[in-house]
Amino acid sequence: MKALILISVLGVIAMMADVFRYKKYLVPIIVAGLGAALISVIMDWDTGIRYFNDTAYFDNYALAFIGAILSITLLWMFLGQEYFKNSNSNGEHAALILFALAGAVVMISFSDLTLFFIGLEILSISLYVLAASDKLNLKSNEAGLKYFLMGAFATGFLLFGIALIYGATGTFNLNGIHDALAKGANSPMIVKAGVLFILVGLLFKVSAAPFHFWAPDVYEGSPTLITMFMATVVKIAAFAAFYRLFSTCFISLADTWIPVVAGLSAITMLVGNIMAVFQSSFKRMLAYSSIAHAGYMMMAIAAMNEISAGSIFLYALAYSVGSLGAFACLHALSKNGDESISSFNGLWKRQPIVAIFLTLIMFSLAGIPPVAGFFAKYYLFYGALSSGLTWLVLIAILSSLIGVYYYFRVIFATFREDSSSEAELPVLLPRHYILLAITALVSLGMGLFPAWFQSLIS
Amino acid sequence: MLALLLIFFPLLAALGTLFLQRNNAKMYAMISSLIQLGITVYIFSVYLIGDVSLLATDVPWVPNLGINLKFGMDGISILLVALTNILTPLIILSSFRNNYANPNAFYGLILLMQFALLGVFTALDGFLFYVFWELALIPIWFICLLWGGGDRVRITLKFFIYTLSGSLLMLIALIFIYLQTPAPHNFSIDALYQASLTAEMQGYLFWCFFIAFAIKIPIFPFHTWQPDTYTDAPAQGSMLLSGIMLKMGVYGIIRWMLPILPEGIAEWGNVVMILCLISIIYASCIAIVQKDFKRLIAYSSIAHVGLITAGVFTLNIQGLQGSMVQMLAHGVNVIGLFFIADIIQRRMKTRDMNKLGGLAHNSPLFTILFLIVLLGSVALPLTNGFVGEFLLLTGIYSYNAWIAAGCGLTVILGAVYMLRAYQKVMLGELHEKSVEFTGLAKSEKIVLIVVAFLIIAGGIYPKPILSIAQPALEEIVLNLKGNL
Repeated sequence: MKALILISVLGVIAMMADVFRYKKYLVPIIVAGLGAALISVIMDWDTGIRYFNDTAYFDNYALAFIGAILSITLLWMFLGQEYFKNSNSNGEHAALILFALAGAVVMISFSDLTLFFIGLEILSISLYVLAASDKLNLKSNEAGLKYFLMGAFATGFLLFGIALIYGATGTFNLNGIHDALAKGANSPMIVKAGVLFILVGLLFKVSAAPFHFWAPDVYEGSPTLITMFMATVVKIAAFAAFYRLFSTCFISLADTWIPVVAGLSAITMLVGNIMAVFQSSFKRMLAYSSIAHAGYMMMAIAAMNEISAGSIFLYALAYSVGSLGAFACLHALSKNGDESISSFNGLWKRQPIVAIFLTLIMFSLAGIPPVAGFFAKYYLFYGALSSGLTWLVLIAILSSLIGVYYYFRVIFATFREDSSSEAELPVLLPRHYILLAITALVSLGMGLFPAWFQSLIS
Repeated sequence: MLALLLIFFPLLAALGTLFLQRNNAKMYAMISSLIQLGITVYIFSVYLIGDVSLLATDVPWVPNLGINLKFGMDGISILLVALTNILTPLIILSSFRNNYANPNAFYGLILLMQFALLGVFTALDGFLFYVFWELALIPIWFICLLWGGGDRVRITLKFFIYTLSGSLLMLIALIFIYLQTPAPHNFSIDALYQASLTAEMQGYLFWCFFIAFAIKIPIFPFHTWQPDTYTDAPAQGSMLLSGIMLKMGVYGIIRWMLPILPEGIAEWGNVVMILCLISIIYASCIAIVQKDFKRLIAYSSIAHVGLITAGVFTLNIQGLQGSMVQMLAHGVNVIGLFFIADIIQRRMKTRDMNKLGGLAHNSPLFTILFLIVLLGSVALPLTNGFVGEFLLLTGIYSYNAWIAAGCGLTVILGAVYMLRAYQKVMLGELHEKSVEFTGLAKSEKIVLIVVAFLIIAGGIYPKPILSIAQPALEEIVLNLKGNL
């Protein structure tokens, strides 16, 4: 709770930076504030307090995810600060990022469907603006508009679903809904329709197939740093909410939605991975790969057993850290607007250390041991197998193999000898190095000591 | 603790290459692999004295999933550990005449490979075995990608995806068996042995495991990655792949498949026998018509390991003993052959056997050493190849006489393609370019003489190898008989 208040206050402070002219201190203030929020999360550990008449519940599950998005945002700030400095209206951008973060925190810790909806909207509306924040770039405008229209559509579904559930059970509270459903609701059709509508809304947010069409365009059009934020923080928050909602209040209807989630998980993995193979733009490839990763995480929701929460957490963390590193590389190397995979050509010769880090990150995203992505995938496979979803694991394995193909294309480009772009050496700033080093080493560390991360939630 | 020292020393050495001057990398790698050899000798002596508990380690890694850093060695493991640690210095020494770009990375990867291989041969935890198994793929993949020739991007990608798809099948099978172990689930080998698996499950699991191992070995029809990869890898890469890495597959069958899936093996073992038979004959026939010497060695390797695998699936002690001996022999011989191919290629700038000839005129020592390696490879009596092949054929004969007759063709066909290659390369008219073929450098002499010594020593006195492997193999055979 303290974290949420701190982040919101920070957002207000950031908004007023232009008025009171303390722009140049803004970045340190934000970093310090986020750091304080992270510390407050750690101090709240194991307390499990319910707030506001049980609309928000800060249990360890929520705290772990909040800690994760705060850490990811702090890492993001290494590069994100540049985004605040370059634009004319930096206060607003910083404020929007912080409000999006506040929305994410609400979304993770909700215990009531109204609060869930409010959190989702705070997050989404900030992001619509941020996606279009590169005002003079047509693609960014397109991304913002597309995201907004599709997002509004999905929000409609979600709200409709919430209304139906409320109509059937008479409460917004997760536990209340759970009890009402366990007793047997009056009109099962309405409940089922409500669950499926909510599912559609959530699947849109996590960009699962067949609701994924917005993702590649939005990811590609938005400024790289915003894409980085969307692909990491937003995805973690969406999955945290997804799991929280379906593991608590809709668990008694598992027979209805588990086949849907499992089937869509398989389709999402395959669509994401197969489409990624055909991309020549690294950014677009990462967009499709993030769709595929959403498919993997849905496996854990379809498995729905005692290790699901831990495995989603580990996977979301491994994926986000990997994505941060990958986007940081892209940001560092694609200075002239060239975002194709070939901009990595010959990296090994020019910047061997960066090449090694990038390779580790690609290994992690592809799920090769002993890096984080492997263990994360292992937990997912294990969970799905122990719930009897063998067919889903086989599809996941098939799509992982497709994944290896395109992640390795990046590695091949990195180690390619003929480098046509040798003349133009993009300058890597120290903060690129630091961020890459942190993400690569954290990926490695998570691969070597996965038990600690997974046991945070169990 | 000793086991940990043995396994992790190469890892430390590999990390050390990050901090080296580039012209020191060769010597550094050589010295660290020799230290590793020294550790191996010490461990071997501990093993022979019989204090096996000193070599076992069991530390929790991921306790809530029952995954432990469990290492240990029995007769099978220790022989393969010895093979790895004897061959690695030879492989490093064999590279002294090559000047690779980025030597630090090159030697670092070789040492990392050694680490992963030792892990595979000593892991007694299913999950740990899997991790090392995958880990072994990465350095060799980089070695082929960065220092290979030809169309290496396509070839290495094929190699990687091929082996990874097999490994992932194995991962599913391992998790599946793990879920059948008595609660609380555990990945340790003893727990996996106790898993209650019905005959039907074992049938499916058999193929999950076998495909993973068959790709690595490789057995027909999973071999298509191998000739390209062996041919285009740098010489040291081919040596690592064929000399040591393919033994991972055979070892995996002996260590994990035979004890865990006896009924699966009873059901499908004969199919594997047929596949091995096809491998042997098919690969030998292709080897006969090869022009490229290195490609010929690649195909001959498929034929040899087909026989080794057939020996494992006889499930009798002669067959298994033959496989063990032949694994060691093949490792030594194939390294010799690949090194000879490298020596020729470096001097003559070609491996096309039609363009070579008459090399014997100017280099008597090279001629003799080549001949010894070749005779080992065609299994002449008094060479190490003979002991293995004799035991293998005996074992296969008591399994099925007809299959033995088919496998016996390997001896004849092997002699055909090997002697043909020798004739084309070494004998005949002195080719105009062959005049430039000068004597061997010091490092080359050392490698080939050690290889020749090992070939003859193994042929004359194979008893130590047999007696070390005997108890462990007997236990496996007894277990199999008890389970059926």
